[in-house]
Amino acid sequence: MNSSALWLLSPEISLAFVAMLAFLVDLVTRRKGYVAAVSLVGLVLPLLFTTLLWGELSGWVNAIGPQPGEVAGVSIPGIFGTLVVDRYALFFKYLVFGALGLVLLASLDYRSRLGRLEGEYYGLILLSAGGMTLLAATVELLSLYIALELATLPLVALAAFLRDGRSTEAGIKFLLLGAISSAVLLFGMALVFGVTGSTYLSDIAGAVATATPGDVPFGSYAMLAGAVMMAAGFGFKIAAVPFQMWVPDVYEGSPTPITAYLSVASKAAGFAALLRVFTTAFGPADLHWSVLFAALAVASMTVGNLVAVAQSNIKRMLGYSTIAHAGYMLIGVAAVAGRTGDGSLQGPQGLLFYLGGYAVTNLAAFFAVIAIANRTGSDQISDFAGMGRRAPWLAFLLTVSLLSLIGIPPTAGFMGKLFLFGAAVNADLAWLALVGVINSVLSAYYYLRIVKVMYFQEPASQERVTCSPALWAALGSASLGVAFVGMAPWPLFAFAAQALLGFAGR
Amino acid sequence: MLTAVVFLPVAAAIIIALAARSPRAVKGVALTAFVADFALAIAVFARYNTGDGGFQQVEQYDWLPGESVVFQYLLGVDGLSATMVLLTGLLGLAAMLVSMNIQHRVREYFVFLLLLQTAVMGVFASLDFILFFIMWELELVPMFFLISIWGTGRKEYSAMKFLVFTFVGSAFMLVSILVLYFSVGTFDMRVLLESDLRNLVAPVTVVFGLFFAAFAIKLPVWPVHTWLPDAHTDAPTAVSVMLAGVLLKMGGYGLIRVNVAMFPEVTQQAALPFAILAVISILFGAMVTLRQTDLKRLIAYSSVSHMGYVLLGVASVGATGGALSSVGLTGAALQMFTHGTITGLLFVMVGVVYDKAHTRHIPDLGGLAARMPYAAVALMVAGLASLGLPGLSGFVAEIMVFLGTFPVYGVLTALAALGVVVSAGYILWTLRGVMFGPAKERWAHIGDATLVEKVAPALLIIAVVAVGVYPALITDALSSGVGEALADRITTVVGGLR
Repeated sequence: MNSSALWLLSPEISLAFVAMLAFLVDLVTRRKGYVAAVSLVGLVLPLLFTTLLWGELSGWVNAIGPQPGEVAGVSIPGIFGTLVVDRYALFFKYLVFGALGLVLLASLDYRSRLGRLEGEYYGLILLSAGGMTLLAATVELLSLYIALELATLPLVALAAFLRDGRSTEAGIKFLLLGAISSAVLLFGMALVFGVTGSTYLSDIAGAVATATPGDVPFGSYAMLAGAVMMAAGFGFKIAAVPFQMWVPDVYEGSPTPITAYLSVASKAAGFAALLRVFTTAFGPADLHWSVLFAALAVASMTVGNLVAVAQSNIKRMLGYSTIAHAGYMLIGVAAVAGRTGDGSLQGPQGLLFYLGGYAVTNLAAFFAVIAIANRTGSDQISDFAGMGRRAPWLAFLLTVSLLSLIGIPPTAGFMGKLFLFGAAVNADLAWLALVGVINSVLSAYYYLRIVKVMYFQEPASQERVTCSPALWAALGSASLGVAFVGMAPWPLFAFAAQALLGFAGR
Repeated sequence: MLTAVVFLPVAAAIIIALAARSPRAVKGVALTAFVADFALAIAVFARYNTGDGGFQQVEQYDWLPGESVVFQYLLGVDGLSATMVLLTGLLGLAAMLVSMNIQHRVREYFVFLLLLQTAVMGVFASLDFILFFIMWELELVPMFFLISIWGTGRKEYSAMKFLVFTFVGSAFMLVSILVLYFSVGTFDMRVLLESDLRNLVAPVTVVFGLFFAAFAIKLPVWPVHTWLPDAHTDAPTAVSVMLAGVLLKMGGYGLIRVNVAMFPEVTQQAALPFAILAVISILFGAMVTLRQTDLKRLIAYSSVSHMGYVLLGVASVGATGGALSSVGLTGAALQMFTHGTITGLLFVMVGVVYDKAHTRHIPDLGGLAARMPYAAVALMVAGLASLGLPGLSGFVAEIMVFLGTFPVYGVLTALAALGVVVSAGYILWTLRGVMFGPAKERWAHIGDATLVEKVAPALLIIAVVAVGVYPALITDALSSGVGEALADRITTVVGGLR
């Protein structure tokens, strides 16, 4: 390890620095607004370093010389080759930091419910983001595991932050189930290590490629068990069925900004790791795990949508909806294995695009819910009655984000589904695309129920519902993102294509 | 030009949302927009050169350039879509005129109505499949709100039912569009129409079937018609006009543009089932119509019956020997236009009657002709055109469909002709029940249509009579778009591939 590793890690290091600063500021001042300001303004640092690293890859910044193992213009490995700076990792840094910024902005409106622990709140959320960006950058199993824990443990504390019954339950549930899933993941890693003798993804890929192609998927039963267990571990992180049990309770009990953060950033980081591990390490066996993820996708979509129909609490409903969306995204993973054999990256590209569009959409939905629920003091769908009149703009923006979640044009959600289902059709998985579109129809029912309640039912009172400028800014930017990605998909699409340059050796 | 036709309404909607405050101003802006849109639609139709045929007035820009996925902003019309654009312009204006007395949440209402107009125009004018699909889906949102806020009765149930049915269909359609894209490599309908679509990445019959499902739901064909009576009955008048007049035509348009034109061979194989479904729709629709006592429900079921003729005309391509029956296809296309104007007129008149009498229950009405002569005449014209009286437009379309179908499916055509007889029954009984018969005490002080209410029927009556007397007005364009032109093109394309 040499000093250039500091440069490659600069986004995470600066992020940790900002987190420490937030803790410190919290100690020395009583004006808690400073803490929020420090964390928000501090985000500029990691974003700046991320951009500089992008420049390092593209060649317009040259802070460190050529590194051992560097593929010019594609990736720079660091720290004994356990981490890599490539555009894929940088894409997720942008995504996580962007979501983090919006969530921090939206948290300002939630401060009254945080009590005196504001410094801890901001510090923990920043640290967790560091874990997530590392998760997207690791190419070695142990570092991956550590990054995963760094991302998850602060979230456990944050889930329990309100310290009431539900919130505590959320924290405990998240902790216990998270620990079990980590154990499963670790066991899977151990099996894979036992068979291949290495924790580096590229070495594992070599072993998988040379394994005699017999009747057993992945070459041997031990590898099969290892791969499936790792899929289960990631499945917990991305909230795919059947590893979704924690979602409704944790989503309902956590502070709403944390729920939004969990549903967007945490899920994105989970997908980042899952996609990299499976396309790199198990790349040669992609036809085997394609089936696995196709099955998980069907289960997630169907279960998520069906159970969401029955919910009366909007946070729970959105929780099940994120399970369904994990299912749509898994279509993109399953579609990696292009049976057409052209090594097409349409599946991953569609997935990255979908993650971007889904991030703004889901954040917009949660921010509108925060704004409304903060005034009415209730997360029940029935208490959204008449919001079309009490808060016309909030209701309108919530409607737009719900339409985007259904996938109705011209919104981000539609374009995302178009690319994902398109990738599936191209990978000879037209049946999976069909299951996806039927699920979209199913989901229309419960999303539109909220629209119905907001516009067609009489309000409980005539009092106007307003929200703070900070929340408006967060909601406004997220909603603009929904409209922009929906009507001008080109920039994000090109960005996703860039992110996959040289990805997994394809 | 086409861009203006499609996006003028939405521009007006934005002006209304941002600037217009008073209901008067809102209605003024909306009315101006619909009048201008109609004028532009006439211009598009008039500028379409039937001699040249093919797609004209094409506007093409890259929207999502790239190696793997390419969408275009691609508008253009052929004879079929130019006619549909004209119809949409006309009925949009009619719907606007019958909305002048809206008082509840005025701004939102007209924003949605204008958005609907843009979406429907977009469906007919798009030549890029993704743009077509986006417009197809966009139409759902305003319809959902229009029915569930300004409707009557079980309006939320009906709006949801409408939405779910259409959404299921369009979901199927999306998969088929993607299959076409990944087989041929383009969303450009012009290219797809010239391509060999027999070897796709999915079985061609499945692709064809999914498209058919989408369009059959919209048309609607028995047994997936059940959303229509509910949506019609509970929708406000203007929305019923748009729904019956234009939205159903999206189904027929898709059927001809996609199923027939892109998959002529599969269409020929499927012709007999199509014909059977069509006859069931015609007869079932007509029989059920006989039993209705609610005016709107009655027209809704009669629409199921009349749209059956469109499917029957499409089925006439099953002609022996591979040659296509151009008469039947032209008839099907003309039936879409005439049904749009006639049913639009019927719904406008029902709206007028309901406005005055506050009931649509036929047994409660009666003897209104003496009190509202204008409305009575207009309803009579609509009714007679609907039952196929020669000299009015309905007759021309139905006779063409029968002419096209009879040589192929004699028995089925004869059965379908029974539908005409039944429709004469329900139309005449309805006219007698509403307008004639003994005058009832409670309608003694009811007034005739007001001046504003007279404009929309007048426009539609002109269209009905003009096409009835001189069908070439429309059929020239149609046969250069579907009829002979389509038959010729398919013969050459399919022949060339063999």
